[in-house]
Formats: sequence, structure tokens, C-alpha cells
Amino acid sequence: MSEPYDVEAVRRDFPILERRLGAYPLTYLDSANTSQKPRRVVDAIADHYLAHNANVARAMHVLGAEATAAFEGARVAIADFIGAPRWEEVVFTKNASEALNLAAHTLSAALGPGDEIVVSVMEHHSNIVPWQLACERTGATLRWFDITEEGRLDLEAAARDGLINERTKVVSITWVSNVLGTVNPVAQVAAMAHAVGAVMVVDGSQGVPQLPTSVAALGCDMLAFTGHKICGPTGIGVLWGSYQLLDSLPPFLGGGEMIEVVKMTGSTFAPPPYRFEAGTQPIAQAVGLHEAIRYVSALGMDQIAAHEQDLTAYALAEMQKVQGLRILGPTEAVDRGGAISFTLDGVHPHDVMQLLDSRGVAIRGGHHCARPLHDRLGVQSSCRASVYLYTTHAEIDRLVEALDYTGAFFGGRLATTGGVR
Amino acid sequence: MSVEQLYQEIILDHYRVKRNAGLREPYDVEVHHVNPSCGDELTLRVTVADGAVTDVSYEAVGCSISQASTSVMTELVIGGSPAHALELYDGFQKMIQGQGKVSLDEAVFEDAVAFEGVAQFPARVKCAMLGWSAVRDALLRVQASAKEES
Repeated sequence: MSEPYDVEAVRRDFPILERRLGAYPLTYLDSANTSQKPRRVVDAIADHYLAHNANVARAMHVLGAEATAAFEGARVAIADFIGAPRWEEVVFTKNASEALNLAAHTLSAALGPGDEIVVSVMEHHSNIVPWQLACERTGATLRWFDITEEGRLDLEAAARDGLINERTKVVSITWVSNVLGTVNPVAQVAAMAHAVGAVMVVDGSQGVPQLPTSVAALGCDMLAFTGHKICGPTGIGVLWGSYQLLDSLPPFLGGGEMIEVVKMTGSTFAPPPYRFEAGTQPIAQAVGLHEAIRYVSALGMDQIAAHEQDLTAYALAEMQKVQGLRILGPTEAVDRGGAISFTLDGVHPHDVMQLLDSRGVAIRGGHHCARPLHDRLGVQSSCRASVYLYTTHAEIDRLVEALDYTGAFFGGRLATTGGVR
Repeated sequence: MSVEQLYQEIILDHYRVKRNAGLREPYDVEVHHVNPSCGDELTLRVTVADGAVTDVSYEAVGCSISQASTSVMTELVIGGSPAHALELYDGFQKMIQGQGKVSLDEAVFEDAVAFEGVAQFPARVKCAMLGWSAVRDALLRVQASAKEES
């Protein structure tokens, strides 16, 4: 048995968590949006720029060799972190959205009218819009999984409607919902996709930072995620794809380093992953992401997942005591990630967010880039609190206190129609 | 600037009881404006007759700031000339983007002065502007179509 998880020690690694906002300590509950960064990640990026900076692959001098070793070292570490069989399967992108666009663009090259792409209604816009664009380009049809009342993928309705069938060529589903927190049965959906010969793509933006990741266990052919939600810097994302699949796909962006031989009459292209990495890559960001992965690996992804599970269960229980608060998505911490979306009766999410912010509590209000899901749930928008490896029970208490204050603030003022001015 | 100062009683009052709310016929132009980051949506209609804005009707979903601002705007704009409405837009926009350094003439802007606090909260500027941007768009369209006809 390993050491108990020491959240106070973890917090000391994140200088920003010491900030105070007016009279209140910062209560950062927006990690599903972006995570905070431990000092060592920032230091690693600074050290790269100050001591090892050069372009990769094409620079033949000592610094070039150091930068290349650091960049490719990050690739190997990421492959190991997600259980990828080969380092060549890790393609760097600028974020998860670009990774999903890369997947949609290259996978749809072979599609045409009559072919079907399947997503779900709970997807982030970045796992909807690239596929809509692919359908517009190719004439393929976009279909989607609905959700149950509890906010889980409606597998029964999908089976009844023949959602995944012989026309299905791609299935692209989120591992963990950024709104509902739902952890989807990705391996089961992947088996359904593979049974009809479709490619299975997984949006791991919320899953990879929160849960131990194994591409084999997920059963997918492609996995997209981003660095900045996993304690790494912004500006770097990853598309993992099985080598066989990547090798069969056309390039995405054209440019330097993605080629084999360029002639004015035509070009041939590099093997994966370089075929998909045109131009100078996010080198310092790869160094930062590598350090972030070292950091979370040292804490233990299983420990991080357990900590989040514990906090999510506590938050769900405490938040449901707030008058007029409705949780969107599963209300028990079973197959559920650390993002909790909610509405507060009679108070618009923007106003909730503003009141919470005045007490140092940072959450998100709006669509969370998932408007179709909000339409499906029949709510205009919502608030979202999300926890991560540095979140404490005391912060959940501060959230709940601030929500009570918000309810009282607006309840008192909005309930009295025609009151004295 | 405290959050209590942001949520002035006048703002909450307009949020509670929205003036001129609902979509009415007849109208000259209808516009639909959204704030994609937060999902606020507004459908707004204007009617112009004999050189005056005779009606502004609307249906909206959104936060207290955007709803109240739209409500206040209709009270200021209805009955005046389109040119006056566009002047009010300019004045309100200057104030709201003035980071608290620009104040409004209460004799002209009436309840809209309550939004001076919003200028200190950059994230809410778009909320306060939603109704104003929509009415400006609608009035400019009315003017454009009048020009085409003449």
C-alpha cells in the first residue's frame, strides 16, 4: 500500500494556489477548463529556453541535438504514460481540438455519401464540429448517441435504432463528459464500432488527466487529449493513433518536416508521426508536458483518480443540500469524473459565477462548449465546478457556502415583486 | 467595486419585471443576437414610423445584466428618433467600455446609469451590450432598407 495522498503537500507545488482575492483565498474549481501548473513544469520550460533552446530535427549542432532529444524524449514518455505500444504513434498537435480535427480530416478522406459518422449529444463542440465539417466535405452523414435521463450514453436506444451499422465508418466519443462528468463505457462502444469495421476515436481531454490511461483497455484506434488540463502548458495536444491506422492516412497540414521528397511536380510524405507534424513543433511545451507527466506519475494516476472520486462524492452530497440546486448528470460518484454541472433556481449561471467570484470561488458558467447537450437537457446554460489533484474538502465547503450566499442574495431580491425601492 | 454595487436595485428591478418584453406585430425588422460564450440569446423587433421608434419588442434568455440592460434600453429608445437611439448606443458603449472612467448623464440615460458598475467587470460588458447591439443593428437595417426603397 502506498503513502496516503497528501493534498497539502501537493498544494505547495502550485504557487498560484496561495493567491488571495480580496478578503478570500482563491478557490480554484475550474480545472476541467484548465489545470494549474506546478512550479517544476514552469521551471522545466524556463530551463529549456534558457539553456537548451534550438529547433529540433533540422539543427545539427549541440543545442539542436539537446532540443531534439528533449522533444523526442517527451514523445516516448507520453507513449509510455498512455500505454501506447510504439512511440511513433504519438502525434503532437497544438491542442485536443486540433488533434480531433486531424482525426476528422484524415479519416474522412476516404468517406463519401452513404457513409456514417457517429458521435454523441454529450460531446464538446470540438468533437462535433470537425465531424460536421467532414460530412459537409464528403457527403457522409452525422449521427449521434442520445443520453438517458441520468446523463449516460443511451446504449439501448442506439441498439434499437441501429445507430452503429454497416454504414458506420467512424465512431468518436468522449471518455469523460466535460459537463456531466459521465465516464462512458468506451471499450464497449469500441467493440460495437469494430464489429462493423469502423474506426473508434476517443476524446480523452477530461479522461486522461483524471484516470490511469491505457489505449489497449480503452480499445480505441485514436485518442485525443491536451497538455494544459494535465498540469502541462497550453499550446500542446496529442493525437495517439495505432501505427497501422496512422500509416494508412493522408497528411493533414503540409509544410516542413512532414515530407520525404519534395519536387515541384509532387511530394512524398514522411512516415508517422512526422507526416502529421508540419512546421516547427511546440518544443518547449513538449518539455513542459513531459515534466507534467513525470509529476502526475510520481503522485500516481490511481491515487489522483481516488482523490478525485472522494472529492466528487463529497461535493455531490454537499451541493445537493443547497436550496434550489439541480445537478446535471449522475448524482452519485459512480463512473463519474470530477466535473459537476448544476443550475441554481431562478439565478442565471453568469450571475452565480459573478457572486462566487466575489468570494474567490472560480467556476465556469455558460455552455462549456456543449450547446447541443444543454438543448437536450432543456437548460439554457449551466454552472460547472470541477476538481483536480490539488482540490481540498475545505474548498468544496467554501463553494457550498458561496452558493448559499448566492441563493440568499438573489432569492431575497428577486422574490419580492413590487418591493420598496 | 463590490458585487453588491454591481447588482444595483434598479438592475434587479428590471430583471424582475422586464419592460416592453414579448414579441409584437407589426414590426419592420427582426434581429437575433447571441453571446456564444455564455449562451445569452435575444430576438428583437423594431418598428419605425414617422421618424420615431414606435416599438421595440423582444424575447430573451440570459443573465440579469443582459436582461435588465435590454429592458432599460427599450424604455430609452421607444418614442425617440432612430438617430437619438443610435446616439444613446454610442454613449452607453463608451461608458461600458470605459473601465469606470466614463459616466453617463442621468437626465439622458435615466435607469441606464445603474450599469456604470458593469464597466468595472470586463467579463460582463458583452452582457450589458447585447440589447443595445441588437437595437443598433435593427435600426441600421431599417435605415438601409428605407434608402433602398427611396
